[in-house]
Amino acid sequence: MSALLQRRPVTSGSPPSAAPATPPQPKPRRWAPRKLRETLTAYGFLLPWFIGLFCITLGPILASLYFSFTDYSLIGEPSWVGLDNYRRILDDERLHTSMKVTFIYVFVSVPLQLALALALALVLDRGVRGLSIYRSVYYLPSLLGGSVAIAILWRQIFGANGLINQILGFFGIQGEGWVSHPDYALGTLVVLNVWTFGAPMVIFLAGLRQIPTMYYEAAAVDGAGPVRRFFTITIPLLTPIIFFNLVLQMINAFQTFTQAFIVSGGTGGPSDSTLFYTLYLYQKGFGAFDMGYASAMAWLLLMIIGGFTAVNFIASKYWVFYGD
Amino acid sequence: MVTKTTATATGQKKARNERIRRLLIHAGLVAFGVVMLYPLLWMLSSSFKPTEEIFRDPSLIPSTFMPGNYTEGWTALQHPFHHYLLNSAIVVAGAIIGNLLGCSMAAYAFARLEFFGKKLFFAIMLMTIMLPIHVVIVPQYILFAKLDWINTFYPLIVPKLLATDGFFVFLMVQFIRGLPRDLDEAARIDGCGHVRIFLQVILPLSMPALATTAIFTFIWTWNDFFSQLIFLTDPNMYTVPVALRTFVDSTSQTSWGPLFAMSIVALGPVFGFFLAGQRYLVRGIATTGIK
Repeated sequence: MSALLQRRPVTSGSPPSAAPATPPQPKPRRWAPRKLRETLTAYGFLLPWFIGLFCITLGPILASLYFSFTDYSLIGEPSWVGLDNYRRILDDERLHTSMKVTFIYVFVSVPLQLALALALALVLDRGVRGLSIYRSVYYLPSLLGGSVAIAILWRQIFGANGLINQILGFFGIQGEGWVSHPDYALGTLVVLNVWTFGAPMVIFLAGLRQIPTMYYEAAAVDGAGPVRRFFTITIPLLTPIIFFNLVLQMINAFQTFTQAFIVSGGTGGPSDSTLFYTLYLYQKGFGAFDMGYASAMAWLLLMIIGGFTAVNFIASKYWVFYGD
Repeated sequence: MVTKTTATATGQKKARNERIRRLLIHAGLVAFGVVMLYPLLWMLSSSFKPTEEIFRDPSLIPSTFMPGNYTEGWTALQHPFHHYLLNSAIVVAGAIIGNLLGCSMAAYAFARLEFFGKKLFFAIMLMTIMLPIHVVIVPQYILFAKLDWINTFYPLIVPKLLATDGFFVFLMVQFIRGLPRDLDEAARIDGCGHVRIFLQVILPLSMPALATTAIFTFIWTWNDFFSQLIFLTDPNMYTVPVALRTFVDSTSQTSWGPLFAMSIVALGPVFGFFLAGQRYLVRGIATTGIK
């Protein structure tokens, strides 16, 4: 929990002003060389990280901004085309579909996943015996959920003759081929994401442990019932964790790729119903090698995720309770 | 729980109700766990079933036990499956060593040293955690193509050595901050420099954080599909996820048995690490909130 509290102000953009711009008054001469030496030592330790930041992270971000204004197919030199790629984005029907698919997925699967995670954390937090076994069992899908093997399993389970329809067959129901039906294919991926509720559940459990029991005892003495205790103690004190899980799972959900790629065979079908934004970006960048357009799409994604994270942080001021 | 002497009739009834309530909760939790795990168990059992049974039989017991799915799946692709397992193992081992070295060095600086620009760099480091790989993959690909690194394992290992996994830097910073500073001070009085303090004091004490990092790096790299799909296009260099993908694309309904068998092989190591490292996994997610 302390990690969460520390993290929030920093990620929301801590100003660099904290660096000692004005040296402190007493004994600056003795202090400065030691400080310089320690800075150099620190930069030594950070050398790999600096190289990584400039070559693997920040550099590529800036490079992709440049490429987004060019036409580039890896062969030859990038040629400057101004805002053409961004104009194409405005007219690209498939891109709009992919945004719609991604938004539906994020806004349906993340709340469902978090609700399930919270519900089970609340049940498990009430001193259930064998807690660690239940926790492990529920957590396991989170570790496996992003793998190709599980996506293959999903493709079978929700196929025309898959496990779900076999079970439905027992009750005399003739099921659809869920993954091959445009109305249901995305739903199967939502189910897959909800299935991986274990990771946020473990975080909720850790958060519930931090709530001092004396609050509940005091409230009980004052005559508050279980429902009232839940809404006036548990939920408010848990809002930082809920917020944290929300931000994290939304960012994760925006990046979903493997499941859609395997279940649809890389096409995003049927009829583009599982064409996730990242999948379309892959098709443009590494199928068609339209690197300029893919870069523009990458920047749009960065803006979207950054925008939603910012909205989350601003909105959090109104509902997240940080104590005192 | 209620002793005989103090028990009234209502007390006994209350205790019984409480027991029934607990039992119901356990029944609910077990039932839910079974539903959650059923697909996995069914996949395991189906990997021993004849293929046509996979599409008919939702039960967990194969009518005929067919270990042949495994031998058939092992040789179904261009290379025998252990070729892909070995490739994955190399990538994973490189990624683990890279993360342990690069991230612990950066974490030591952030946790123990005072330096110019610390807050700014720390904030940048936290922001990179949130950065989707899709934003940087295009220029990264161009860079690695220029270095002639496509179809090598370098694009999957070198970035780890350069501490680009901010998650683990953050995890280790949190852990090192929790270690008592007296130990550093004592070592300094004994004449140790920062390099020796890092190597001989901090690293040995950071074993739990290093273990968490190693286990998560293993699982994520083993499961990672996106970057391996992009950087490895030569079947000779395929890792397990990319190989499985070509398997599923080439599979008609007739060879789902072997496909399931190889999927089980792919999940096996993750499951093993999960069993061995649960303690570290749970602590890891609880302290940093990583998936």
